[in-house]
Amino acid sequence: MTVSATETKFSDLTRMPDARGHFGPYGGRFVSETLSFALEELEQIYLSLRDDPDFQAEFDRDLAHYVGRPSPLYHAKRWSESLGGAQIWLKREDLNHTGAHKVNNTIGQALLAKKTGKPRVIAETGAGQHGVATATVAARLGLECDVYMGAADVQRQKLNVYRMRLLGARVIPVESGTRTLKDAMNEALRDWVTNVDNTFYIIGTVAGPHPYPQLVRDFNAVVGREARRQSLEQIGRLPDALVACVGGGSNALGLFYPFVEDDAVAMYGVEAGGDGVETGRHAAPLSSNAPRGVLHGNRTYLMSDEAGQVSDTHSISAGLDYPGVGPEHALWKDVGRVNYVAANDKEVLEAFRELTHMEGIMPALESAHALAHAKVLAPTMRPDQHIVVNLSGRGDKDIMTVAKIDGIEF
Amino acid sequence: MNRIDQRFSELKQQGRKALIPYITAGDPAPQYTVGFMHALVDAGADVIELGVPFSDPMADGPVIQKACERALKQGTRLVDLLEMVAEFRQTDTTTPIVLMGYLNPIERIGYEVFADKAASVGVDGVLVVDMPPEEADEFGPLLKARGLAAIFLVAPTTSHARAATICAHGEGYLYYVSLKGVTGAATLNAEDVAEHLAPLRDMTDLPLCVGFGIRDGVTAAEVAKVADGVIVGSALVNRIADSVDAPETIAGQLKSVLAEMRTAMDA
Repeated sequence: MTVSATETKFSDLTRMPDARGHFGPYGGRFVSETLSFALEELEQIYLSLRDDPDFQAEFDRDLAHYVGRPSPLYHAKRWSESLGGAQIWLKREDLNHTGAHKVNNTIGQALLAKKTGKPRVIAETGAGQHGVATATVAARLGLECDVYMGAADVQRQKLNVYRMRLLGARVIPVESGTRTLKDAMNEALRDWVTNVDNTFYIIGTVAGPHPYPQLVRDFNAVVGREARRQSLEQIGRLPDALVACVGGGSNALGLFYPFVEDDAVAMYGVEAGGDGVETGRHAAPLSSNAPRGVLHGNRTYLMSDEAGQVSDTHSISAGLDYPGVGPEHALWKDVGRVNYVAANDKEVLEAFRELTHMEGIMPALESAHALAHAKVLAPTMRPDQHIVVNLSGRGDKDIMTVAKIDGIEF
Repeated sequence: MNRIDQRFSELKQQGRKALIPYITAGDPAPQYTVGFMHALVDAGADVIELGVPFSDPMADGPVIQKACERALKQGTRLVDLLEMVAEFRQTDTTTPIVLMGYLNPIERIGYEVFADKAASVGVDGVLVVDMPPEEADEFGPLLKARGLAAIFLVAPTTSHARAATICAHGEGYLYYVSLKGVTGAATLNAEDVAEHLAPLRDMTDLPLCVGFGIRDGVTAAEVAKVADGVIVGSALVNRIADSVDAPETIAGQLKSVLAEMRTAMDA
C-alpha cells in the first residue's frame, strides 16, 4: 500500500495499473503460489500482444463480424420526455451477439487462450451472461469449456444454464458458501490451480489477480470508444453524464475508461442496493463504504464482517450479487472521478418495466440498475443536456424472475 | 532464537525429520482446539500449523472448506485463535506454532495490531496462502521486527527466478506444495518431489517441508526421505469431520493418525 489514492490525479488514471498490477492501494496479485506462474505467463502474452497490430486487427474483425459491433447509440426520446429533463441515450450492448457486453471480453481472452495453446477454458458466471459468452467462443474455437455457477444462480437463471449446455459447455453448480457468484469464482480458481497446465481461465469481470482487471477493462473499452465517437457524431458533443451498473464493474469500466480525462463528463456507477443499502441486505461495497479487503486475488472495497469473513450479498440480479468490486473502481471512488450510488430492487423493477413499455426495449435486470439511476438523474438536468446509459445486456434471461414476482408460472 | 529455528536445529542434530500437523482452529468447536494441539504434541508433532478459518478458502479442497464452515458456524474469529495460542503456551513453551490462513481476516484487524498480538501470545510464524512475497512489502517487515517468521509457499509451477525471490524472503521453513491442486487432493509422487527440492537446496539453507497429498505413514515416510519436514492436514481434518458427533473421541484419533506417521518416519 505505497501509493495514497488521494495523491492520484485524474490524468494519472489512464496509466493504471502499475507494473505489479496495483491501482493505488488496490488490485495486486494475491494468489497462492501455484497460480503465480500462469499469471506471469498471461501477463507476458497480453503485454506482447496488446500493441501488436495483427492481434488488434483480429480482435476488431471478430468484434465487427461475429459480435456485430459497433453497437448503436440510441436516443430514448419517449422515455426522456416522460422524465422531463436530460436526453437519455442508450449504448446498445444488448444487441451484441449473446446479448450483453460480456462477449467483448471473452472474444479477447479466447484469442489469448488460442496463443497459449491450452485446449480447455473455464469461467465463473453469475447471471450466466459471461458463461454463455465463454461457451460461445469456446464452441467457435473448438475448446473444451466448463462453467462454474452458484447453485442458487443455476436455479434463478435456468434459461442461460440451458443455453450454455446447448453450446456444448458443462455447467457445474457450486454448492459451497452462499452458492452465488463469489463461490463460483472460488471453485473456478480451485479448478485452475489443479489444471493450470492445460486450462485458460476466462475471468468475466474487472476483478481477480493482475493482469485480469487490466485486460478485461481493455477488451471492454471498445464500448466507451464507440460511445465517445457516436456522441460526437449524434449529439455533436460529449455527453454530460455516463451511467452504468457495477457488480464487478466490467461494463462500467468499458464505458467510462475512454472518457476518464474528459473532466466535464460526470460518471455514475450504480451498485445493487438489494432491499436498500440501509438494511444491510445489498451488494454495494462502494456506496455503502465497505472496508478494504482482499478476495479473489485483489485488494478492493469488500463487504466483510469485523472478523474479516466475507458477507452474504443480496440482489434481484445474479450478475451484480458479488461482495467485492474491481480494484480500479475502488481507486476511482477514492479520487472522486466516479460517483458510486445504489439502486434497490424495487427501483430496478420499475425501471425495467418503464423502458420495456415506453421504448420497447427489455433490459437485463443488471442494466436496469443503471436505468433506475438515470431516472433519478435526468429530471435534475436540463433538456439540452445528455446522459449516456450503458444498456449492458438484454432482459430475456430475466423473464422468469420477473414473472415469478408477478405471480405467473409457466 | 525463534522456536521454529530452534526446533529444526535440534532435529538436524538428532538426524530426524519434522512432523507438522495442520488443524483448523475452532473445528468442530473452539473449546476443543487447545486440547487437540496438546494431543498432537504428545503424538510427536514438532511444529503445529493452526488454520485460521475463512469464508472463502480458495486454495483448499472440500475437507478443509468444510472444517472452515464448522469453525465459522461456531463463531471462531482470528482474535479467538490468538487466545487459544495464549492458553496453549501456558503449558507448552517450546512447540512452535504457525498460523496459516488467508489475508482478509488479518487485513481486517490491521497488520500491525495483528503482528503485535501474535508475537505477544507466542505465535512463531505466519503463512498467508494468498500473499506471495511480492505483496508482502508491508506485512513481511512487521512480522520480522517482532521475531515472527514469514513462511512462503513454493509450488511445482514456481519458476527458478521466483523460487530465488521466495527463498530470499522466506523464514522459518519453505512450504513446498507437492502437487498442482487444492489441499486434500490426490496422493503425491515422492520422486517428483525430490526432483523439485534439489534446486531449492542450492538456493537456501531453510528447511524444506512438504505438504499436500500426505495421508498415511507410508507417504509420510517417503517424503521424509527427501524433505526436512512433512506437513499433514486433510488426513487429520478428515478424522475430525467423521467424529463431529463424538468430539471427545477426536483427540485420541488425531494422536493415532499422527503417531503412525511419526513411527514410519523415524523407522
